[in-house]
Amino acid sequence: MSNVVSALSGKAYTGDVSVKDAGLHGMITLRGDFMDENVGAAVQHFVGVDLPDALQASVGEDGRAALWMSPDEVLLLVPYEQAATLATEMTQAFGDTHALAANVSDARAVFELSGPFAAEVLAKVAPIDMASSAFMPGMVRRTRIAQVPAAFWISGEDTFTIVCFRSVADYVFEVLETSAKAGAVGALK
Amino acid sequence: MSTRLASGGRLVNRGAPVEFTFNGKRLRGYEGDTLASALLANDQMLMGRSFKYHRPRGVVASGAEEPNALFNLNEGGRFEPNQRATLQEVYAGLTATSQNHWPSLEFDVGAINQAFARFLPAGFYYKMFIHPRPFWKHVYEPFIRQSAGLGKAPVERDADTYEHFHFYCDVLVIGGGVAGLTAALEAAKSGKRVMIMEQTAHWGGRAVVDGGDIDGMPAADWVDAAVAKLSDMPNVTVRARCMGAGVYDHGYVLGYERLTDHTSDKSGPRHRLWRVRAAQIVTAGGAIERPLSFAGNDRPGVLLASAVRDYVVNYGVSLGDRTVVVTNNDDAYRTALALKAAGLAVPAIIDARASGAGPIAGEAEKAGIRILKGKAIASVKGKSRVTGVEVCLQAGEGAVIETIACDCVAMSGGWSPIVHLWSHCGGKLTWDDDQVMFRPDPDRAPTGADGKPFVVTAGAASGALTMGAVLRDAAEAGRRAAGITGTGAPVAADPAEAAIKPVWMMPQGAGVKLRSKAWLDFQNDVKVSDVQLAAREGFESVEHTKRYTTLGMATDQGKLSNINGLAILSQALDDAIPNVGTTTFRPPYTPISLGSIAGEARDASFQPIQKTPMHDWHDANGADWEPVGHWRRPYAFVRAGETVHDAVNREIVNARQNVGMLDASTLGKILVKGPDAGKFLDMLYTNMMSTLPVGKCRYGLMCNENGFLMDDGVVVRLSEDSWLCHTTTGGASRIHAWMEDWLQCEWWDWNVYTANLTEQYAQVVVAGPNARKLLTALGGDMDLSAEALPFMQWTEGKLGEFDARVYRISFSGELSFEVAVPASQGMALWTALIEAGQDHGVQPYGTEAMHIMRAEKGFIMIGDETDGTVIPQDLNLHWALSKKKTDYLGKRAHERSFMASADRWKLVGAETLDGSVIPDGSYVVATGVNANGQRNVQGRVTSTYFSPTLGKGIAMALVHRGPDRMGEVIEFNKEDGTTVQARIVDPVFYDKAGEKANV
Repeated sequence: MSNVVSALSGKAYTGDVSVKDAGLHGMITLRGDFMDENVGAAVQHFVGVDLPDALQASVGEDGRAALWMSPDEVLLLVPYEQAATLATEMTQAFGDTHALAANVSDARAVFELSGPFAAEVLAKVAPIDMASSAFMPGMVRRTRIAQVPAAFWISGEDTFTIVCFRSVADYVFEVLETSAKAGAVGALK
Repeated sequence: MSTRLASGGRLVNRGAPVEFTFNGKRLRGYEGDTLASALLANDQMLMGRSFKYHRPRGVVASGAEEPNALFNLNEGGRFEPNQRATLQEVYAGLTATSQNHWPSLEFDVGAINQAFARFLPAGFYYKMFIHPRPFWKHVYEPFIRQSAGLGKAPVERDADTYEHFHFYCDVLVIGGGVAGLTAALEAAKSGKRVMIMEQTAHWGGRAVVDGGDIDGMPAADWVDAAVAKLSDMPNVTVRARCMGAGVYDHGYVLGYERLTDHTSDKSGPRHRLWRVRAAQIVTAGGAIERPLSFAGNDRPGVLLASAVRDYVVNYGVSLGDRTVVVTNNDDAYRTALALKAAGLAVPAIIDARASGAGPIAGEAEKAGIRILKGKAIASVKGKSRVTGVEVCLQAGEGAVIETIACDCVAMSGGWSPIVHLWSHCGGKLTWDDDQVMFRPDPDRAPTGADGKPFVVTAGAASGALTMGAVLRDAAEAGRRAAGITGTGAPVAADPAEAAIKPVWMMPQGAGVKLRSKAWLDFQNDVKVSDVQLAAREGFESVEHTKRYTTLGMATDQGKLSNINGLAILSQALDDAIPNVGTTTFRPPYTPISLGSIAGEARDASFQPIQKTPMHDWHDANGADWEPVGHWRRPYAFVRAGETVHDAVNREIVNARQNVGMLDASTLGKILVKGPDAGKFLDMLYTNMMSTLPVGKCRYGLMCNENGFLMDDGVVVRLSEDSWLCHTTTGGASRIHAWMEDWLQCEWWDWNVYTANLTEQYAQVVVAGPNARKLLTALGGDMDLSAEALPFMQWTEGKLGEFDARVYRISFSGELSFEVAVPASQGMALWTALIEAGQDHGVQPYGTEAMHIMRAEKGFIMIGDETDGTVIPQDLNLHWALSKKKTDYLGKRAHERSFMASADRWKLVGAETLDGSVIPDGSYVVATGVNANGQRNVQGRVTSTYFSPTLGKGIAMALVHRGPDRMGEVIEFNKEDGTTVQARIVDPVFYDKAGEKANV
């Protein structure tokens, strides 16, 4: 639909480390008992990945993934167009299994942060150990960026994907741009 | 006079002169100078005035402990007061001005206070200004405030930016002297992540000044090699100009990195605040030399012996041709030797010890220096500069034996380990009688969550004072912090030294005249006599004495004065020093900038602003913004030529006559799902939610355990096991957290999941007689007729091309729909409705119109009619309190006698007799006065507006037994002291039968 827009409509800052609104992403919040095999089976069936371990991302084809959010919550990444339908189908598939699947694609803004010191840009605003030996591909952190909640993971070489609430997209962009412009710290080897 | 020597100065680059400005004068220094060394090189010994007596003061130290040489630095947006000249590096274009004087540094009117010093003893302000009582507020305090303060507060906005940096390591070493470097090298062998930070721009600390060999090479070479080695190691992070400011629980440390304070180029962040999480911390900050307390020890030209040495060796600056050294320990002899080596004269070393120094005394004698054993300084001659010293017996009362002409006095009262970082998080100290110092007690270290120590000290910070001992202690500290075993340390000599002698007053029998000129705290003008007076007046606790005398309360936080002061106190109390104890060490070690604490949080990043998907449209269409939580909502859409009030009235009239649109996206929307969700909601809401049929909506109230109304909203039954709970805008996060709290902590065995879907939907209220026509004009596949979608029901489907859920609910009293679409479609829906609504007279309305329309209908608003002390019964909402349920949050509280009492303030409408609007916050007055002489009251207004629909003022109020008093006329007070009469009426002013909404 032409009238569906992401929070900042593709706004971008280009520099040594660049920030851009990464557009619409399909996301489903799934809450359930990870020990219940029906939960894992549903994730496998609808997203094509296993349930992730704590603090991990389980990544599949075409950007599909399951990101660990808490001991009873995962964030499922699916194509935007399919998110609403998949959430409904998952809910139906659960039947008597106690679980909650909700489409949250539109509640979020997604940014891509990329460049040689992108990890340091994040370390300025998020209380996370961003050393390459500590935060590695396949991990995800649900944390804060400056004053608002956020989550991020490594999505490529020197590239991070960041998710925050849609209403604060301007603020998060501003904070990331400011931190990127201020330059490298030179501390994360 | 102080001057630059022809040669020497290991830190200055004589090939790179820099010009800077001091009090408007252009002066020259060299790259590598501190402001202090550059001023001294220009014979500027007078650097400031003391706080209380405005006495002339020169620099006394060469590092962070400096109490006197404080300056205003820079101008305009970079102006900053109280900066230490000893820490500030000079650069081309630096401007500095001196503080706390008028009209000039050289001639200061305030110095008259010195003449009255006798009348300004400790506690003077407390004693003098207590009577008569009213004078404090109106006379004394304004006067004292005017004359108080050192530097001035900046006027302009800070022109610089700042940032934070979060960093994690296994071992954090604070201090880049030979101890810190050794500890870092040892710890790094483990392969663990190590960080080392050094406050100054230079590595090596005192060792490179004092000389000596480490591992067979000169200390300076060893330091260079160590820094190079650490910098090359992939697991080590090395930072200079980065101060360890504070140690907090769980190994959290603040590091304060100064990025542009030393350069003309101010681009980029000025300071970076490192927020470090370290598993283990090594503090290797070294030690601070103590002054000696003799009469006139505050005169410009009296310095710490180590500082005199630093200025000569590091900067090639001498304080004068003739320096007298006065000491109670061997270390100060090094200053005498360094001065001699630089070709300067040392007329005498005055050693308070009758037996004198160890082997170093021989070196001094060989250099031709006269050593006076068992002697002391009776007083310093000279006013704004030292001209000489009068020598007496240390054991005596100060009878002058001889006078020695000199222009500098280098004093040393021994060394105190820097224990601040050790103590910040609870590390304890022990008194070392042999070395005359408080040093960290390794058996009582700060402990972490596991009960194990997380801070170790290294080198002089542990109390080790000779180089060999420093290095051995540091190597072991590094290994301990890294959790590895091993042996060995860099090798250096441990020269034999004679014991230090405790000297707290010079001479030991000094009379009151000398004692009242012997300074302990230079910045705050606290003298030996002040502390003794405090003790006589009964201030036995060191913390009380500190506050009474202001000892150690200056910007240097007592780095030089504390130990001397408490030793004087212990003598006056006839108690041992460890029994008197120290004052508390608190972070930061030296002051850090407020900007660094704020980090990126300024300007657009100051605070997150939450914006709805339609925010930009509102902004472009005259929105007058109102903050609601972190959201911005349009208060009204103001057109050209309108006031905000005009706009509000227009919006209401239009919504009542045609159709209005409100952006309600900010309302909380929480999905609650599970087999026990109905039971859960029945506990949270006062009314029954489990029986709500699928497809229907119900207005609900939430109380806290104490029965007070905390939130309200419409609950929607989505399916057999799921409900969508609408909350107030400000309540969304709070209510979600409230739900999770109960589910996780109390009812953990209930099968319920929640999800906060507030931001998933853009929600638009379409309200007014034309509302249905407008929605139908968009097309789609939903039947929105009164028959298919009655009041308090919902449906979902296509509205035009939008994926919509439509709720038939009304907060305005009009025919009203709330349309929810995915947030990404919100802007498109809004503009589509505006376009389609042109034929139906649509206008957007803001929160104020929404507020007034609900007030016309007598609907309550959380935050207006409630304030945390109001229960549903006060608002006549008994109908929403289920009588069928055995329990819900607040039920028990509602049964308490005072809650169930009829004697409460209850909600009514109020209509002024003259049609005017009752002022916001107005009280309903009663007869008589209360115990405080205030007018008795019997109620208060909760909502008050001009109603454009009715053409007069309307209000809701909580009034004592209000509903029983219908028709009675009561009086509301006004700000001008008069009252306005109003009649108690039904709170529903508009369409009581509800016919407008029910079409």
